[in-house]
Amino acid sequence: MVDVLIIGDGGAGLSAALAAKASGASVLVVGKNYPTNSQTSMAQGGINAALGNVDSDSIESHIQDTIASAKGLCDEVMVTKMCTQAPHAISWLESLGVPFSRREDASVAQRRLGGASHKRACYSQDYTGLKILHTLYDTCLKEGIEFLNERYLLNLITKPQENPKLDPLIKGATLLEIASGEVKQIDAKSVIIATGGYASLYHGFTTNAFGSTGDGICAVIRAGGYLSDIEFVQFHPTALKHSSILISESARGEGGYLLNSKGERFVDELLPRDSVARAIYAEIGRGEEVFLDIRHLGEEKLMELLPQEMHLCRLHEGVDPLHELIPIKPVAHYTMGGIDVKRSLEVRGIKGCFAVGECSNAKVHGANRLGGNSLLEIVAFGKLAGENASAYALACEEVAANDTQFKSDQNFINGIFYFTNQINFYEKREFIGKIFYHNAGIVRSDTKLKAVLAAIRQIQKELPFMGLGDKSKQNNTNLVDFIEFGNALELSEILLVGAISRNESRGAHFREDFPVQSDEQFGAHTIYWKEDGVLCADFERRYL
Amino acid sequence: MHIKIARFDAHRSPAHATVDVGIPEGLTLLQALLHIKATADPTLTFKAGCRSGICGICGVRVNGREELACAYKPNEGDLVEPLQYHRVMRDLAVEKKSIEETLGNAAAWLHHSRQTTISVEEEKRTEVQSDCMLCALCYSACPVFAVNENFLGPFALTRVYRYTADPREEDIKSAIDAIQSNGVWDCTLCGACTAVCPQGIDPKMDITQLRSTSAQFGYGDPNFMTMNFGF
Repeated sequence: MVDVLIIGDGGAGLSAALAAKASGASVLVVGKNYPTNSQTSMAQGGINAALGNVDSDSIESHIQDTIASAKGLCDEVMVTKMCTQAPHAISWLESLGVPFSRREDASVAQRRLGGASHKRACYSQDYTGLKILHTLYDTCLKEGIEFLNERYLLNLITKPQENPKLDPLIKGATLLEIASGEVKQIDAKSVIIATGGYASLYHGFTTNAFGSTGDGICAVIRAGGYLSDIEFVQFHPTALKHSSILISESARGEGGYLLNSKGERFVDELLPRDSVARAIYAEIGRGEEVFLDIRHLGEEKLMELLPQEMHLCRLHEGVDPLHELIPIKPVAHYTMGGIDVKRSLEVRGIKGCFAVGECSNAKVHGANRLGGNSLLEIVAFGKLAGENASAYALACEEVAANDTQFKSDQNFINGIFYFTNQINFYEKREFIGKIFYHNAGIVRSDTKLKAVLAAIRQIQKELPFMGLGDKSKQNNTNLVDFIEFGNALELSEILLVGAISRNESRGAHFREDFPVQSDEQFGAHTIYWKEDGVLCADFERRYL
Repeated sequence: MHIKIARFDAHRSPAHATVDVGIPEGLTLLQALLHIKATADPTLTFKAGCRSGICGICGVRVNGREELACAYKPNEGDLVEPLQYHRVMRDLAVEKKSIEETLGNAAAWLHHSRQTTISVEEEKRTEVQSDCMLCALCYSACPVFAVNENFLGPFALTRVYRYTADPREEDIKSAIDAIQSNGVWDCTLCGACTAVCPQGIDPKMDITQLRSTSAQFGYGDPNFMTMNFGF
C-alpha cells in the first residue's frame, strides 16, 4: 500500500510528490494524460514573489494586493502563508534548475502583472509555467518517483469511522485504466487531489485544455466532502475570437490597445481582468466587434516580447498582428472555487485526503485571482500538501479498503456501454458551453441563470439516452469524453446554484440585477455538499 | 476537403486501414479530428490538449513529416499517421511512457545543484533548449531509432545539454557518463530532429556540444576508436 497517492500530474501534483518523497513517504502519481501535458504548461506570465529585485517590494505588499483582489473573500492566514512562502518557493525552484530570466546584476528578473503594486512576477520569457513544470518533472524522475499514466479518476474510496460524527477516512481511489478499459483500485494511506479546474465547462469559450472538467472536484463531493465558491470563474479579456486561444496580458502590458469596430478605445486596458472583460463583453453586446491592436509596437518589439502570440494569431485567426487588428473576446480562464480545504489543505469532510492547486479552494484568490499567484499557489501549497499528506500517512495504520467502491465503479463503467446513445453528448457539450458563456458567464442575472439551470436539469435527465458510439473496451477516448462530460454536468449545476444564491456582484461574479457588493448578506464563502445525493448549499465564514 | 487517416485497432480485423474522410475547410488538423469524432465517428482515437502548441500531446505525422495537429492546417489529400517509434495504442494515439524511460536512462536532470550566480548570457544560452515540451516529434523523425531502439534520442540529449550548460550544475561528469552508451556518439547529425521541432530547438547542435564536453572528460567516438587504420 502506497503512503501518498497523488491524483493529477501538473505543477501542484509534482511539487507535492517531491515534498512527500522528501518527507520519507512512498509516492505514486497518477494522471489522465502524461505529466507535462497539464494546464501548468500554458501559464505564461510569471510566478509572484516579493523578492524586491527590481523595486522595493515587500511580502506585506504582496499580501495586501492579494487581499484587495480577493474582494473580501479570502482567509488572510492562508494568503499570508502563501506570500511568506513565495521567496522560499523561488529559491527551491532555482535549486532544481528552473531557468528564470535574469537581470544584469544576475538576480531573477521580475515584471509587473495586473493588480500588483510592484514588479513581482518572476518569469522565464513567456514560458514560465512550461519551464517550471518540466523542471519539476525532471526532478521527479531524478528522485525515482513512480508515475502511472493514462489513468482516469473515477471515485475516491472512503471508510466511515466508528464514531459517525467524525469524517470518513480516505482509503484510496478507483481509476479507469484507459488502455485496457479496466477499473483499478489503488489503496493508499493518504491521497492528494491535484486535478485542476473546471473552466472547460465553458466549452468553446475557454482558454483551458479540454481536460479541465473538474474530475477531482466531483469525486470529492460524491465521496461526502465539501466544495466552496464554485460560482467564481475568472474570464480573461483577450482570447482569439474564433478559437478562444489566449493572447497574454503582456500584450496590453506592453502597450496594446483595445478598439471597437469604429476604431475607438473604450476602456483602460490595464484595469483588473474582471473589469476589462466586462467592458469588452458590453461592447460586443452592443453589436461591436472588439480588437486588440498591437501594430504600433513595431516588428522588433513584437518578435522579441510576444513571439508566441504572433505565431498563434497568424495560425488560428489568420491575421498578421504587425499590420492587422486582432479580433478578440473574453473567455473562461481560471476557476477560483473548488474543493473546500482546511488550512492544512486537508479536504473538509474526508480525513487524510488533501487537495491543492486549481481544483482546491485554499481561499487565497477569493473572488478574483491575481496574475502570477496561481503558479505560486501550486508550488508553495503543493509542497505543503505533500508534507502534510506524508505526515498523516506515516502515522496512519495500513488497513486497505474493501472492494465495494471498486465493484460499484465496475458496474458503472459496464453500464455506460448499455446507454442508448440516441442523443449525441458532444452536441450537448457544445450547447452547454454556449449557454453558460452567454448566461452564466461574464454577466449573470437571476432569470438567465434559472433558465440555464432548467436546461441543465433537462440534460441530466437525458443522460441515459446519451452514451457511447464507440463500444470498444480498450483505448476508448469516447468513454473518457463521456465521463468528463458527466463531471462537467454535475459541476455545472453546482455553479448555477451558487450563482443564483449569490444576489450580489463581487469580483468575477457579476449580476446585472444586483450590481453592488453586499458584505452584510454575502460576505462569506458558498459551501456545497451532498446529503443522500441531494445538493445542499450555504454561506459560511469559518476557517478550519 | 478530404484527408486520409491511418487507422489501427488491435481488436478489429483488419487491424490496419487507411480511411478517406471529408472535413470542413479552414480548420486546424486537431479541430478537424475533433469534428470527425463529435459528428461522424466517435471511434476515431487521438490525443488533444491545449490547442495552442504548448502541451505537446497531439503530435502526428502528415505525409511523412511530424507535426502538432493543433498547429497544422490540412491540405487536400493529406495522409495522417501516428508518430513513429512509439507503440500505437489505437489510430493516432501512441503510448508515451517511453519519454519517461528515455529521460531516466539519459539522467536528464540537475545532478548536483550548487549556489551560484547566473548572468543574462548564461540564462540565454539554454533559453531555447528549455522551451522543449516533450512532444516527441524529434524522436519520431530520428532515423537512428530504425536501427537502435535504445538510442537516447534528440529531446533527451538536448535536455542533458540544457543542464550541463547551467552554471548550477556541479557534477557535469555524471551527466556526461550517462550519455556515452546509446547516446551522443550514436547520432548521425542528420538534423531531421531540428527540422521538425515546433519550438525551434536544434538538438543536433546540442549533441555536437555534448560530444566536445565528452571529449574533455576523456571520452571519444567509439566508432572512430575501434576503427582499424592499418598503422
